[in-house]
Amino acid sequence: MYDTQVTERAVDSKKIKFQCRNVQVYYGSTHAIKDVNVDIEDKTVTAFIGPSGCGKSTFLRCLNRMNDTIDSCRVEGDINLDGKNIYDHDVDPVQLRAKVGMVFQKPNPFPKSIYDNVAYGPKIHGMARNKAELDEIVEKSLRRAALWDEVKDRLDTPGTGLSGGQQQRLCIARAVATAPEVLLMDEPCSALDPIATAQVEELIDELKQRYSVVIVTHSMQQAARVSQRTAFFHLGDLVEFDDTDTIFTNPHDPRTESYISGRIG
Amino acid sequence: MTHAMHDSDGARPKGSMFVEDAHTRRRNRAEARFRLYGLAAVTISLVVLAVMLITIFSDGVSSFRQASVTFDVTLEEEALDPEETRERSDLMRVTTIGYGNLLGRQLNAYLERRGLTVEGVSDRDVAALISRDAPAQLRDMVLADPSLIGETISFKVLAQGRIDGYLKGRVTRDSALRDVNISPEQLELADLMREAGVLTVGFNWGFFTLPDASDQRPEAAGLGVALIGSAYMMLLVLVMCLPLGVAASIYLEEFAPRNRWTDLIEVNISNLAAVPSIVYGILGLAVFINFMALPLSSPLVGALVLTLMTLPTVIIATRAAIRAVPPSIRDAALGVGASKIQTVFHHVLPQAAPGILTGTILGLANALGETAPLLLIGMVAFVDNYPASPLEGGFLDPATALPVQVYGWASRADAAFIERSAGAIIVLLAFLFAMNIIAIILRRRFERRW
Ligand SMILES: Nc1ncnc2c1ncn2[C@@H]1O[C@H](COP(=O)(O)OP(=O)(O)OP(=O)(O)O)[C@@H](O)[C@H]1O
Ligand SMILES: [Mg+2]
Repeated sequence: MYDTQVTERAVDSKKIKFQCRNVQVYYGSTHAIKDVNVDIEDKTVTAFIGPSGCGKSTFLRCLNRMNDTIDSCRVEGDINLDGKNIYDHDVDPVQLRAKVGMVFQKPNPFPKSIYDNVAYGPKIHGMARNKAELDEIVEKSLRRAALWDEVKDRLDTPGTGLSGGQQQRLCIARAVATAPEVLLMDEPCSALDPIATAQVEELIDELKQRYSVVIVTHSMQQAARVSQRTAFFHLGDLVEFDDTDTIFTNPHDPRTESYISGRIG
Repeated sequence: MTHAMHDSDGARPKGSMFVEDAHTRRRNRAEARFRLYGLAAVTISLVVLAVMLITIFSDGVSSFRQASVTFDVTLEEEALDPEETRERSDLMRVTTIGYGNLLGRQLNAYLERRGLTVEGVSDRDVAALISRDAPAQLRDMVLADPSLIGETISFKVLAQGRIDGYLKGRVTRDSALRDVNISPEQLELADLMREAGVLTVGFNWGFFTLPDASDQRPEAAGLGVALIGSAYMMLLVLVMCLPLGVAASIYLEEFAPRNRWTDLIEVNISNLAAVPSIVYGILGLAVFINFMALPLSSPLVGALVLTLMTLPTVIIATRAAIRAVPPSIRDAALGVGASKIQTVFHHVLPQAAPGILTGTILGLANALGETAPLLLIGMVAFVDNYPASPLEGGFLDPATALPVQVYGWASRADAAFIERSAGAIIVLLAFLFAMNIIAIILRRRFERRW
């Protein structure tokens, strides 16, 4: 239905999903994110790249208010999702997180069965009317996370008993199962082998036809492969944000250039 | 660090991997020494424990056995129902003294018939061989079934405490010489009765069912009331402690803001856990009994006091268990859109359950063995009526508790009570042991799930 060419041509006219203006994040007195302005478009993959500790995860966590759980963390500025500031008092972070799913940097499956891991989100959001529907969601999600074939015979074994890479894919399946509008992925492939990485990238490609995907990655190749837009962070600053092609072929900022060519980081 | 590995600045001298250098030898020796210290510490504590258990068991095991006398009793009508009406009001008029006289006569006659007599033992001495509890026992039996009057029944009664002690080796002929309650001749008669099968030793069920008894009847003293009292209190403590403790812990760990107030609460909970238990007793006396006018010696008051005492322990254990749940689990749950409450109840609590249960059971075990606060709220009183069932207000009836019964018996003069005191300690230890086993089983069961 969606031809890649069509999508690529349509980039400019795409709806803006997240509009971030003058975002500042502080951990106590540490200024972790400094005055960041980013527009994240719908049906697009946006990559965040930058050296370790530059604030990629921190910024990502602002987008579904996971930073609320850190006592010392303070967020300033506007982050609008579909035109509504998600830090407004009348926004329920629980509903926000159902819309904006997240895959964490470290795999964190629930200490429950593989099935329950995936089914938990749909269950609490009342997405399935009966067991059959739930089974279907679970299977579909596991398939999309390229895990189904490996676990279909042991859905009732603990998710924590899987290998690191399998756990990460389980977490991806869990996030996909709640059918979020935006999927935030914090280095989803850092524990995966090339084959699983390719499968996850395929999934991201598929997801972008319907959702907006934000992915943090340390792999330049991955950013170049999967994303249409790339943001380069450095020491809490958003140094450059542009089309992926532009960032990788013709960066404006010397810091971007040196990071991409491997001189800082 | 990397420098040392390259040996460039000589931080670690070069040497063969197969030859122990002085430094390594020193480290190995220190390690061996430390292991030895640990082993010694464990051994010492095991020896102390063993000595303690052996003492208690050698003193107390005999209280699980009890001597009793079985003989034929003819329930003479002229003694028990002179009016021959079989009316309860008439039967009630015959007191235990009347029954006592009858039993004495019958025992004398029975022994004579069996040819069991010893020179120099008077009729009174023979009658004294059976417990002073026996007349009341027979009277209750007759009042319950007046048709027995006129019949001859085989009646089994407790032997007197000294005879009981004699059969268990506590009383000897030497000690009988100096004892006004027993004479060597009576002991000789006891030997004859034993050979004839009139005097037997069996398992002491009464120890678990009978209420406490007065100073002259140690053989009839049992743990019945104390067991019921302790059971009631544990039930109430569990019901009050677990929900309160878990709710408080969840609030403090998951919801409360971190500020000066919660810090203050935290410090106070730790302090409360360290308050001497007798202070809780004084508090209970002042608040529950004097101010709220709850009945003295009642399991309810005891449970309230023990709950206050146990709550800090439960809260501390529960908070530790909740804190031990990895934060990434909470992130995961919040990340798929679970609310705070859902996160806590679906993920945090199940993970923390083994820790919470273990903490609670150990807290309960502590409460079960607690004596001091109960003394202050009057549970040391002599109680020989069973409390009613909980539905009939039994929580407000006077009762005692196991450790208090131990204390009460240990402070009585008669050696027979000391034996029972040690026996009660064994029962108490058995309960504590059982509770710990339950804690371990629950822990395994919950942990094995994942
Ligand atoms: N919970 C926290 N409390 C205090 N400071 C934090 C916390 N989390 C992150 N920081 C700080 O914020 C800065 C940004 O951290 P962040 O985790 O966002 O980096 P990152 O770009 O994701 O790095 P990486 O690529 O290694 O994951 C770092 O300096 C870090 O020390
Ligand atoms: Mg990170």
